[in-house]
Amino acid sequence: MSVTATGVTDAVPVSVSGRSFREGFSMFRNAKSITGLSILAVFTLLAIFGPLIAPYDPDAIDLLHRNEAPTWGHLLGTTHMGQDILSQIIIGTRGVMIVGFLSGIFATIIAVLVGVTAGYVAGAKSEALSALTNVFLVVPGLPLIIIVASQFEDPSVVLIAAVLAITGWAWGARVLRAQTMSLRNRDFIQAARVNGEPLYRIIAVEMLPNLLAVIASSFVGTVTAAILAQTTLAFVGVTPISNWNWGTILFWAQSNNAFPDKWWWYLPAGLCIALVGVALALVNFGIDEYVNPRLRSAGMRARALRKRGFKPSDGATAVADTRN
Amino acid sequence: MTTLELRNVSKKYRIRGSKEMLALDDVSFTLESGKTIALVGQSGSGKSTIAKIITQLETATSGSVLLDGVPIPRRGRALRAYRQQVRMVFQDPFASLNPYHTIRHHLERPLRLHHVVPVAEIDAEVIRLLERVRLAPDLVERRPHELSGGQRQRVAIARALASRPGLLVADEPVSMLDVSIRLGVLNLLAELQRESNLGVLYITHDLATARHFSDEIMVLNSGVVVERGAADDVILNPQHPYTRQLRDASPNPDVLFAKTKGASRA
Amino acid sequence: MSFFLRRAAFYLFTAWAAITINFFLPRMLKGDPITAYLARNQGKVSPEAIDSLRILFGLDNPKPIWQQYIEYWGSLLSGDLGVSLSKGLAPVSAVIADALPWTLGLVGVSTIVSFVIGTGIGTFIGWRRGSRAEAIVPIATFLSTVPYFWLGLIVISVFSTTLRWFPASHAYSKGTIPNFSFEFIGDVIYHSALPAFTIVLTSLGGWVLGMRNMMVTVLDEDYVTVAQAKGLSPFRVMYGYAARNAVLPQLSSFALSLGFIVGGTLIMEMIFSYPGLGLRLFEATLAKDYPLMQGMFLVITLSVLVANILADVVYAIMDPRSRQEAAS
Repeated sequence: MSVTATGVTDAVPVSVSGRSFREGFSMFRNAKSITGLSILAVFTLLAIFGPLIAPYDPDAIDLLHRNEAPTWGHLLGTTHMGQDILSQIIIGTRGVMIVGFLSGIFATIIAVLVGVTAGYVAGAKSEALSALTNVFLVVPGLPLIIIVASQFEDPSVVLIAAVLAITGWAWGARVLRAQTMSLRNRDFIQAARVNGEPLYRIIAVEMLPNLLAVIASSFVGTVTAAILAQTTLAFVGVTPISNWNWGTILFWAQSNNAFPDKWWWYLPAGLCIALVGVALALVNFGIDEYVNPRLRSAGMRARALRKRGFKPSDGATAVADTRN
Repeated sequence: MTTLELRNVSKKYRIRGSKEMLALDDVSFTLESGKTIALVGQSGSGKSTIAKIITQLETATSGSVLLDGVPIPRRGRALRAYRQQVRMVFQDPFASLNPYHTIRHHLERPLRLHHVVPVAEIDAEVIRLLERVRLAPDLVERRPHELSGGQRQRVAIARALASRPGLLVADEPVSMLDVSIRLGVLNLLAELQRESNLGVLYITHDLATARHFSDEIMVLNSGVVVERGAADDVILNPQHPYTRQLRDASPNPDVLFAKTKGASRA
Repeated sequence: MSFFLRRAAFYLFTAWAAITINFFLPRMLKGDPITAYLARNQGKVSPEAIDSLRILFGLDNPKPIWQQYIEYWGSLLSGDLGVSLSKGLAPVSAVIADALPWTLGLVGVSTIVSFVIGTGIGTFIGWRRGSRAEAIVPIATFLSTVPYFWLGLIVISVFSTTLRWFPASHAYSKGTIPNFSFEFIGDVIYHSALPAFTIVLTSLGGWVLGMRNMMVTVLDEDYVTVAQAKGLSPFRVMYGYAARNAVLPQLSSFALSLGFIVGGTLIMEMIFSYPGLGLRLFEATLAKDYPLMQGMFLVITLSVLVANILADVVYAIMDPRSRQEAAS
């Protein structure tokens, strides 16, 4: 046996290295996520610059133009008081986005703290945190939110976001716990322990970056749920109807018999909620495909097969032909 | 001179319900700097459990592990000092490096944790470590997925050596690598062992490399050390039936070579 | 601990937690609308009713909190949830008993229907991945992000106000007395058509997407390839091998998202003035009827727990492994 080190001969071609900052965002680098993020960016701009863009004061009463269908003067028509609906939607964007993202941030912080801890510690502590998570999952959120919110005379935006977060963190914590448990036994975490890394560094530096996709997806999920819940609360009238958001617009539309004829009053607000929801869902699809590449390849591979005259559901031979 | 002693170490695992599994039964041995001990056995024999107990990823159910006569400290600065002395190379180089971090991060951390060199010299030391394991210095900014299996295992070895330890546990360090590069990595390990006068616990199921690279061989079967002795003695003159079984089951290069010679060349 | 013991422990714990939350909620919130109500209506409320409200809400109660807690449990176990301030001081338990069957019928049935249809569609488009059937994916996404109440109002506008095909509110025609004649049952089904349709429509999307993703993942497994290589009919591979395994995570996520779904569907009852728990909760909220709200929350939570147990039983039947291991 010849005893010489082979040196660097066992090399593979390597690509240009990326910086860790860019690496963290690679889950968003796909068509679906980019589309979703672009839509969200537009709404975020509306939320920031709304007061500058809105053509009218959303509260301004104009008795000469009541219940008008869209005209050039009022692009989305007017209410029974002659208020401009487009302005209400633009101004209302801020409330929706702030509550959605604030409660997403709160909920994600709770989810990371509870989920990662439950996943890293073992035994009774982990079981206790997991039981807590499951309780919050099973307890119906919306009735609880309605009850809590209705006990306050004038709940602030932060309070509403906090209540939504308290009822909405559990799903993320559950997914994070499972993911952390599988990470914990991976060799590179063991190697960090053998290195002598302190616990906080193992969690913050070695584990968290590998959990980014899961955290992002749970954040997106909570924001979606929070926006739906918040507009529902506003529509039901539990939260103050004086603060403009898309739910309050629908509240006024419903209480002034806008359905079904005054479509300009209720369609745009509902569609905006759905559009933000779809945008968030697109971001999540992108993350899903990044985490589970089978989802991404499923469509492309099957379409490629079809072009060649195979049916993808047809069986092993066709699939075997295209391995690679 | 560093000495690690395992004294009557046993490890029980609880399996679902109240059943117990005895993974290690009363194992004792001593590892010293400058020596290589091979720990041989089939999967499930308890080899990796020994590695985990030595590196304190697991604690022994009974018995003690002593470094230079002192039991392994539970926590704090003393445990860190122990971790500086006793290092490990994991089996799977695809799993033992954090996919998110660069090679620099992997080599820098032990240097910072154990204050091996002044902070100003860390960069130079990282490069020096890469050169010691025969890797090009320009790999420092790469991430594990950009490296081949052999390169990754070299990084893992460099990480283990970074703290300038006295002892190294190598848990099947080449079994996940392509056959063609195994020897290179093993030779590198042997060379580094001589250079730094390391004590190495070489865990493997491969009798041929165990014989070639170590001074002493211990054979482990179902958590019990069934045979130990000088490498050549154990291989050439096995006493325990299990050792014979292991030897007969492994493809012995000498025997294979003899067979091909005997048969007429087709 | 065996699987069933663990699950039983979990359910007991959750039930205890929900009941305890219910105990602490009114005690943590400041402002005491019930005392104010009682002060305004002195003499109208019977002493017994005041007593039970005192126990449930801890009104100016000098007793230590643990004693209040024990008394609270005592009231609950004897079925006393206090009196409703907005329903002429009727016992909360009676108001809930009237509303519960309607909710179980409407929300329960349409949730199950939605799960079955959604999982079926998901199985199919996951199986025919890459085909035109995938056009359903964006539609399903849209439907799952639309606000429930908004879609409900639009459905009413279209099918009731404009087309006049179905009634827009109530559970049965005014003037009829509930009984078990075919005529009355037909009337109930006729009235529940629109709310049920809306619930199915909005909750369908989540099941379609979840099942589709599980199918796509499972179809790459070797046992599916082997089943195809054996020459089994595509139908058998799809149901017996792929869907059978893909539906398990779908079932456990069904169980866990029930709380979320039920919360959302209760809004439907408000929109359709359907006399179930959701509508009563809404009315109680507007009237600031705290005893009724608390009782509603408790009953809704416990119903979701029971539904969870049922989903667990189905899971255990479908997955023999769960009898040995804890499937969480």
